[in-house]
Order: sequence, then structure tokens, then C-alpha cells
Amino acid sequence: MSSKMQSSSSMAQARLMVQQLRMEARFEGIKVSKASSDLMRYCGEHAKNEPLLMGIPTSENPFKDKKPCTVL
Amino acid sequence: MLLCLHIWFLEVVSNCSDDGSHAKDHHLSLPVSTGDLTTSAMGEMEELRKEMENLKDQITAARKTFQDSTLQEAAAGVTVVGRVQLKTRKTLRGHLAKIYAMHWGTDSTLCVSASQDGKLIVWDTITTNKVNAIPLKSSWVMTCAYAPSGNLVACGGLDNMCSIYNLKGKDGNVKVMRELAAHTGYLSCCRFLSDTEIITSSGDCTCVLWDIETGTQKTVFAGHQGDAMSLGVSPDFKFFISGACDFTAKLWDIREAECRQTFGGHESDINAIGFFPNGNAVITGSDDATCKLYDLRADQELLTYQDASIMCGVTSLAPSKSGRLLLAGHDDFNVNIWDMLKAERVGVLAGHDNRVSCIGVSSDGMACCTGSWDSFLKIWN
Repeated sequence: MSSKMQSSSSMAQARLMVQQLRMEARFEGIKVSKASSDLMRYCGEHAKNEPLLMGIPTSENPFKDKKPCTVL
Repeated sequence: MLLCLHIWFLEVVSNCSDDGSHAKDHHLSLPVSTGDLTTSAMGEMEELRKEMENLKDQITAARKTFQDSTLQEAAAGVTVVGRVQLKTRKTLRGHLAKIYAMHWGTDSTLCVSASQDGKLIVWDTITTNKVNAIPLKSSWVMTCAYAPSGNLVACGGLDNMCSIYNLKGKDGNVKVMRELAAHTGYLSCCRFLSDTEIITSSGDCTCVLWDIETGTQKTVFAGHQGDAMSLGVSPDFKFFISGACDFTAKLWDIREAECRQTFGGHESDINAIGFFPNGNAVITGSDDATCKLYDLRADQELLTYQDASIMCGVTSLAPSKSGRLLLAGHDDFNVNIWDMLKAERVGVLAGHDNRVSCIGVSSDGMACCTGSWDSFLKIWN
């Protein structure tokens, strides 16, 4: 790529970056307090169905080898 | 006080890796060489640079106005989860070289792994049987993916291509169905949207949405100023996120084909990225040894997961099913388990004899799978 082409491509790149920044600057966000409470509520609602948190009983753990029982 | 830095680069020459090497070069905010610009062009470049600075300041100021609190404050009353101790339940043995990637199938039983021994292996994680062992044309594989349907797997790497394999071919043989070629840099990550569409990220700094049937690019997502290293698809399949060597994460609207938001703050390359389970937040893992949580609706970083004793870069990450736990694989052979709300480390998975390169939690949340340069995969719960 010639240096002139590099310069015009860097100009095009700069224009695109400004365009992107203009779009991102228009973003309308919500308050962190609301975002935080929504995340906490999601965790709370799903914690009881969370196997890695609650533990898995051996009988329900497909990855645990179940030892056969022998009747003595 | 959380400051979200918008890091922008202006370079005359593209700094993306297109020579096929695994180099993650980039440069930080160099001034543009004006040697070949006319006077009026120099003037325009200066105007653009000024506007960029103004917009960056505007974005930082806007983010501060949403910052009425912090997640740390909001979660002050929440108790840290108890110590999480997971055990290795299965070891998947069979690869002969470093494992670079793994991905669970949606049935929570099968998974696919990719190794630089030149093989893709589909495993039954419960029996540890190899369902398929697929020889690859190029052994320099860096990523693999399982389609949600279970019909297809994909992989790619230093061949700059994404190869799609049909697992359910009529004669029972697994063959290459399509080779998606157009990237000018290595394939770092790929994720299926369906059997007909896949998204890839590349060392050429772009991400691409492909039509698998025609083998063509539907959309090119350009904007990152460094190699795109990782991507994740939102639970509703409408968005994807990418992490790159420009230290930023970007949220992309798939159908509108645009970058919606950009998140900075990391001090080095982002190697791993994932969505929080409800799709409203993004987690990143970086060479700076930290993970960060960014909220999409508040448009900013909420938490950093770091510890003075953790000095090795993050290679991979996965949230648990509820989102409460964050599992992060590091260069130091360990996986750290974090309480995602309290940013406290609550567990460690130590079992590999080399770098943990990939990690995934099954969709039913029952197990975590780790893959390592030691050539083994382990299933933990």
C-alpha cells in the first residue's frame, strides 16, 4: 500500500471512528443502582437451581460413578 | 470510583495480524503521521481528532451521570457464597497435544474439543467415550464450536478459515461441509447462531457473520483496532460481544450490523468474553490478570475481579448458570472461582499440569469442563 493510500485510508478510518463515537455518545443508559438490583435479583431467583452452588446429590449427578450395592 | 476509559487508536498502517502469526501486536494511540497529507487534509485530521476527544469526554461524563451507586454498595448486604469446592469427576484423555478450545453441546452431555494434534474430538462426557475423532486439514486450530442443533461443529485457526463439519451425514462419515474463507488473519473464535449462520472473530480485527450454505460473508463487523480474540452470542441471538487486543469489548447488533457500545478499562488484551445469563451484562477476561463485569444498560463497568496474588493472564471464562459464580482460567494452570456479586474469590480448580486454555459450563449448569495445554479435559462439579 503506498503511503498516500495509507494516509487516505487513515482519514477514512478516522471519519468512521468519529461516526461511531457520535452514535455511542447518544446512548441513553439506566442508573447503576437499577442495573445492580436487577443483576442481584436474577442471581437470587436462580440460585436455588444452581447445581454448582447448591451441590448435587450423588444419585442425581450423572458424572459421579455410582458404586453398586451388594446385599450382604 | 469507576472510570470507564475509552481507548482509541489512530494509526496510519493497520496493526492487525494478517501474516498468519499468532502475534497480538497493537500500538497505543500514536499520533497519525501527517507527512503525506495535504494542508487541508491535515486540517481535517486535526478537526477529527478534536471531535474524537470531545466525544470521548461526553461519553465518560454521560456514564458518570448514571453512576448513582456502585454494584459494590448495592451488594453490601449480600452474603458471600460459601467456599465452592468442585471435584474432577471425569478426565477426557485422547488428545496428543495442547488443547486450545472446547465447547459444550446444548444437550449438556456432548462436547467438542480442538487440539493442535490436528483433531477435533466430540466426547460423551458421561461415559468419556469419543463419539467422533475428526482429523483436520490444518493442525493449527485455535477455536471450535458446537451448533445448538447438535448437527454441526466448526473450527479454525492459523489457516484463517472456519471449517464446518456435518456430524450427521448420511453415510455416517464426518466430512467438511463448508470452508468459510475470507479473513486475512487467524480465526480466534467462532459461534453458531443456527445450522445456517455462524459468527467468527479474527486476528484481522474483524468479526464476520457467515451464510454457511453459500459460504459467503453476510456482514463484516469492523471497528476493533486490534486482533479480535473472543466472541459471545446473547441468549436471544440478537447481539454478540467481542473482546480484542485493543483492550476493548464491543457489543454488536447482528441484524442492524452496527457496533452499539464499546467498553474499555482493561490494561491489556482481552482474551475471553461472555454474557451474563440474562444477557444484560458482559464479562471479560484479560492478559492484565483481571476479569471485569460491564452492564449493557448502564453502559459501564460495574466490577473488577482481581487479587494481588493473581498475576497470570486470563485465558478463558464462563459464568455459572445463575450467574452468581464466575469461573476464569489462567496461564498459571488454575481456574479461579469468583462470587460475581461480591468480587471475592470463593474457590480454585487446581488439577491441570499446564495452562487452562478453555472452560465452559454446560447449559443445565451441572458441570464445568476445562481444557488444558496438558492435553486433557476435565469435568468438574
